[in-house]
Formats: sequence, C-alpha cells, structure tokens
Amino acid sequence: MLYGTRLRALSIATLVTMTAALALAFFYAPMDADQGFMQKIFYIHVPMGIVALCGFVWGGINAIQHLRTRDPKYDLRSYVAIHLSLILGAGVLVTGSIWAKASWGHWWVWDEPTLVSFLIVFLLYATYQPMRFSIEDREKQARYASVFAVTAGAFVPLNFIAVRLAQAYTHPRVFATADGGLPAKMQLPFYLSFLGMTLLYITLWRYEMASKNTSAKLRSLRRKLAGDDAVAPAGRTAAPSLPTT
Amino acid sequence: MSARATEPASSESDEALPEPRYVPLRTAVRALLRKELALELRAPQAVPAMALFSVTTLVVFHFALQRGVVDGDLASGVLWVTLLFAAMLGISRLFVADHEEGGLDGFLLAPTDRTALLVAKAVGLFAFLVALEVVAVPAFALLLLGPSPSLAAYGQLAVLLVLADAGIALVGTLVGAIAVQTRTRDLIVPLMALPLLIPVVIAAARGTSPLVLQGGSQGLEVRWLFVLGLYDLVFGLLAYALFDFLIED
Repeated sequence: MLYGTRLRALSIATLVTMTAALALAFFYAPMDADQGFMQKIFYIHVPMGIVALCGFVWGGINAIQHLRTRDPKYDLRSYVAIHLSLILGAGVLVTGSIWAKASWGHWWVWDEPTLVSFLIVFLLYATYQPMRFSIEDREKQARYASVFAVTAGAFVPLNFIAVRLAQAYTHPRVFATADGGLPAKMQLPFYLSFLGMTLLYITLWRYEMASKNTSAKLRSLRRKLAGDDAVAPAGRTAAPSLPTT
Repeated sequence: MSARATEPASSESDEALPEPRYVPLRTAVRALLRKELALELRAPQAVPAMALFSVTTLVVFHFALQRGVVDGDLASGVLWVTLLFAAMLGISRLFVADHEEGGLDGFLLAPTDRTALLVAKAVGLFAFLVALEVVAVPAFALLLLGPSPSLAAYGQLAVLLVLADAGIALVGTLVGAIAVQTRTRDLIVPLMALPLLIPVVIAAARGTSPLVLQGGSQGLEVRWLFVLGLYDLVFGLLAYALFDFLIED
C-alpha cells in the first residue's frame, strides 16, 4: 500500500476542518454558564482523548493481525498507531490538567474517573517504547510488542470500569458527558472538532507510515546499487524496520 | 491447541523413529509444577526474598508514616502496596532460570501444549504469593495493624487475597514472560505490571478497608469480589490466547 498518495489533499482537509471547528467553538458555540471561556478547552480535550483511546485500540487490532499473519507491515502499523496515540495522550493529560485547574482550582483531581483512567492507560503504554528498545532481536521485538499491544488494548475498557466503580457511590459525575445534555449549539462544533481530530490522527499516521516505508525502500535501493557493505546496518531502535530486499 | 512436533516420520522407511507420544496437558502441568516447586524448595530464592522484602517494607511504612498503628483505608493501602511490591520481585524471577539454563528450549522440544507452561507458571506464582502472604499478613497484623479483626474478617480477607493473587499470578506470568527477553528485565517488570494491576489494587484495597476499621470490621462488599473475578477471567483468557506467542523460540 502506498501511504504517500493524496497526502496533500488529506492535509488540507484536516487543516480546514480543524480551523472551522475551532472557529465554531470560539464564535458560534455559546459561553458556558458556569465556566465561561475556559469551557472552550472541551472542544480540544475530549475529541483528543477519544481519538487517542481509539488509536490504542486500533494498534491492538493491528497487533492481532500481526500475530495471525506474521506480516511486519501490521507491526509497523500498530507501532505508529500507538506512538501517535501516546503523543495525543500527553496532550490530553495537559489539557485536562489545565481544565481542572480552571474549573476546580487544582491541577489534578482524583475525583474525575475518566481522567484518572486515562492517566493509568497512558502510564501503561509509556512502557511500550522502552520494552521494544530493550529487545534486540527484530522478529522477537515485533512479536512481543504485539502481545503487549493486545493485552493493553483489552486492558483499556477493563480499567475504565474499575476506576469508575471505585468512585461511583462517593462522587456523582458533575459534568454532562458529550452525548447527554449537550446543547445543540455546542454539538456542532464538538462533532466537527472530533472529525478534525480524527483526520489529524489519520494524516499524521499516514505521514509516518510513508516516511518509514520510504526509508526502508531507500535502504534497499542503496544496498542494491552500492552493495551490502556500503549501507551501515540499522542501529538498535524501538521502531520496527521493514525487511529490506 | 494442536500438538507441535508430532509430525510422523516418513512412512516409507521401516526404521522410522517411533512417533512421539503427545503428552496430555494435565501430565505436563503436573511435571512442570513439580519442577517449579522442587527448585524453590531446594534452593529457596523467590519466596524468602519476597517475605523479607514485605517485612522490611512494613518497617519502612512505620517510619515513613510516623505511626505505630494504622487502621481503615490507611491499613488497607499499606497492606496492598506491600504485597504488590513484594510480588514484583517474584514476577521478575519467574522465568529467569528457564531462560538462562535453557529450560524453555527443552520445553519447546516436548510434544505438548504450550499452555501447560502458562498454567504451571501461574499456579507456581500463585503458590509463591500465598506463601508470601502467610508471612506478610501476620507480620502486618502484628507490627502495624491497630484494630484486631475477627476471625470472620480474616476469612473475608482470605477470599480477597485468593482472587487478587489469581489476577497477579496471571498478569505476572504474561509480564514475566515478556520481560525475560528484554535486556532491562528488572525495569520492565514493575513499569508494565503495576499499571496493569491497578484494577486489582482498586478492588482489593476498597474491599479490605471496611474489614480493618477501628470500631470493628464491617462486612465485605461483594461488588469487589465481582470486579476481581471479572479481572481474573479477562486476563485468564488473554493469557491463554497470547502466551503461545511468547515462547516460540
């Protein structure tokens, strides 16, 4: 599959959607009665969180494919998906923290089960790269990373249930969730922002896939032209490498 | 699961080796478990380290919290942090001997299901954890616990411990099998296992705190047993599905 095709169109679509979503969020959506301007961060924070979690699960699905077919392509897909979700995840924690400071006065509150669950998931996935890096054998690295990705992907919903249960009776949820109780004028910017964030994720994913594939191709071409000795072997890295032919 | 290495020798030659017999799962598990326990009995390594570590951690808690006695939430937290961290030691040792002495290669040559190793390792780790708790829980009650819970409360604690141990044993076997192949084994184990075990900590700590209240223990909430049971079930199935991929070479 060629990941580099139509990347320009995809990038433009992402840019347009994100700009439109932010414009709507700032100028069209009504001010929140309680929180005022600070509530605007919701249009970034929530879509980012959902997309990051979906990315983790998608990494798990690709990992299942990798274990079934042993095709390194799926390992690369899973790696890039998790890698990008980790970056978005850091963004989710930072924006969530800012929102918590603005609305509750503290940078971190343990009463918000979704944010706490997200932190646990983030901490778990943060071991993905160190684990890959410390396994030298390429084939083994890919296989073990896939096992980890499947386990962690299944852990995500389980963890959300457990954290929610831990607080269900002591702290009722203060905030309406995105689907219930959101006024119509807030819904449109939210869904548009969600679409924009999804497009952003897909675009970044395809950029990284294209880059990784191109480097692999370049290496094998160099090897064919100049001989095996001319190309230095790939150093130890956490990233999967496609087989060079 | 199909048997590996049971390809019949070519039928043309009369002097073909006898076809290897498939070892049933139960026999294989029994043999592996016996090996595991015999190793630990002859050269005790994991269990004494875990037990000693747990007692030391209790002493550290005494000084760090600056308290002579604890009860309720705090007692429950101290107990579970101690047990969980002690369990990390056992998990990082779990596959080391097999990896270094070639036990895994030997097992792979045996005509049996690879799930046998998962079951034997998980049951072995479970036994180590029970042995750890036989030391750590009385030490905790003696050194730090303020109230003296009734026998019934200890019974309920035992149920919680068994369910939590099952979860720790399953996750520990998976993580231990991954970590033994990495160069930084002792770093990967806690980093990976602790987040995975957070749901166990939530359910176990919440379930334990009403048992160790100052004013006499209240009953155990069944909800937490369900959470632990669900966790054990999910990770049991995951480990069953994924373990084969971890011991391929």
